[in-house]
Amino acid sequence: MSERAQRLLEIADDELVLGWRDSEWTGIAPFLEEDVAFSSIAQNEIGHARALYELAARDLDTTADELAFDRAPEEYRCAPFVELRLLDWADTIARRVLYEAADTIRLEALKADPDPELAGLAAKMDREEVYHRLHAEMWADRLRDEPRFRAAVDSLWGQALGVLEGELATVLADRMPAQLGWTPAQAAPAPRNGHSDGFRALWDEMTMVRRSIPGASW
Amino acid sequence: MVTGEAVWAALAEIPDPEIPVISLVDLGVVRDVSVDGARVHVEFTPTFLGCPALEVMQAAMVTSIEALGGKPEIEVVLDDSWSTDRITPAGRKQLREAGFAPPAPRSAEPPRLVQLRSNAFRCPYCGSNDTRLENLFGPTPCRSLRYCGGCRQPFEQFKTI
Repeated sequence: MSERAQRLLEIADDELVLGWRDSEWTGIAPFLEEDVAFSSIAQNEIGHARALYELAARDLDTTADELAFDRAPEEYRCAPFVELRLLDWADTIARRVLYEAADTIRLEALKADPDPELAGLAAKMDREEVYHRLHAEMWADRLRDEPRFRAAVDSLWGQALGVLEGELATVLADRMPAQLGWTPAQAAPAPRNGHSDGFRALWDEMTMVRRSIPGASW
Repeated sequence: MVTGEAVWAALAEIPDPEIPVISLVDLGVVRDVSVDGARVHVEFTPTFLGCPALEVMQAAMVTSIEALGGKPEIEVVLDDSWSTDRITPAGRKQLREAGFAPPAPRSAEPPRLVQLRSNAFRCPYCGSNDTRLENLFGPTPCRSLRYCGGCRQPFEQFKTI
């Protein structure tokens, strides 16, 4: 597999799986406006996954749907961070804040990529992500002094660092304190290899309908 | 014989599936049309990547080009060429008349919370600037929710992207 296809799949898998997790709040968010916000954010993330899979599918001579739903669980390249099933609102908001910070850095790098297709798509995604960032900013500000939110950020910080590699992870570590208004506790980055315990169950559910009639035209 | 002009005119008759007051051409999603004999090539730029109406839009364009006797090829361009600035003046007027506040023009910097929370947005019903942000998100990815203190109505504000 080309380096470009691997890179595309890594980001697409992150966006698909986080979109899936965020969509779990549809209907059960603590208040209606957040129900709308999480549904919309999840829809955007899954839309980004679709566009990234489409580029990868051209390189790999397959389709976006096959990449999204027909791979074996071990073939997915998402970071364990996006797989976690977070049932606590503070944890969920902490993940949104941390993921958006990481994703911003990743998109900045992609927008400057010499590959015009990658750079063009990244710029388009970035326009939409602006609103996710504002949503994260609003919550990070509202919860700044809540011990429960700070504990959630601390507990997820190492996982968030694992979304990025090398220099980009250093940029995230440098930026996060200013963005939060406080410094998260030191944590070792959780690498992007292997999956969290909950991933198999997520995959089972996510691909269940498609697997029920293999090869069907939906 | 299909002409580019006839194709543009036909596409200008296709309403946006989610906001049928505006056509695909006024929405700015048709980037280019080129005609070579019967072959009609359309460059189409999605609005939001997660918009569920993209396939419906493509299917509608295929049907309308076929009705002209053309062989449609719809190319989906996944680059950065669509922004809300591509909505035409006629399209903005149609949106406002249907109760959707059209998007503010893009500026060099992305919008900030302090701007969105300000009263720089006008109510499409009564024209008052006494409006506040209710939710960054709304019924579709392209809209936010605001509330007008003037006429005490919630309204949908197009996001600037």
